[in-house]
Amino acid sequence: MTVRVQTQDFDAGFEISQLRSARKDTGAVVSFVGLVRDLNEGDQVSQLTLEHYPGMTEKALEAIVSQAQSRWNIFEVTVIHRVGTLQATEQIVLVTVAGAHRGEAFKACEFIMDYLKTEAPFWKKERTQAGERWLDAKNTDDAARERWNK
Amino acid sequence: MKIKVFYFARLKETLKFSTEDLVLPDDVFASTLTLLKLKAHLAKRSDVWQQMLMGKLKVRGAINHVLVDDHAPISDGDEVAFFPPVTGG
Repeated sequence: MTVRVQTQDFDAGFEISQLRSARKDTGAVVSFVGLVRDLNEGDQVSQLTLEHYPGMTEKALEAIVSQAQSRWNIFEVTVIHRVGTLQATEQIVLVTVAGAHRGEAFKACEFIMDYLKTEAPFWKKERTQAGERWLDAKNTDDAARERWNK
Repeated sequence: MKIKVFYFARLKETLKFSTEDLVLPDDVFASTLTLLKLKAHLAKRSDVWQQMLMGKLKVRGAINHVLVDDHAPISDGDEVAFFPPVTGG
């Protein structure tokens, strides 16, 4: 697996091609890219700042990927998460999963995102015209994670 | 007992603390020190600490980089962290 936490942007196409060429029995690559939106809860957002817990973040992401790998028959996984200050339309996160078939790759990709959103130590703060505000965790994200335990 | 404590996001900003080394007398805690007991101990510092650690805000904790619940035991030399529910992705 590849797990990276970085301030700089990433090239999703390049990351996909890396997984594609890693082994010749790969039949499916599923990717998710999360972006900064210029609108949240009805307010215009001018920028987003992501804080994280260096040292724990990488371990938490690796643990999530390991769980996905033990649950589904998938090959390689790449997770890249950016930190620092980002503008609207910029990329925040990439999860790419390669496997033999699409079914397991789709599920693993979604599982990794659902767990990342509820267990990886990242915090978002957004700037609106009214000033800066920390985002609150969403119950819908907890519910999305819990469905994997049913 | 000596531990290192980290604070993140809203907690860090409001408490004006990002990290501290804490030396706790062994007799302060009748039995094993847990995350909850440490929170209650720190909350005595001021109203703001009380509000941030023991108030309405949900606080999550980690010991040595692993998410744990309030009853997790803390040992000498541990790295403890307090932070709001995470919002990455």
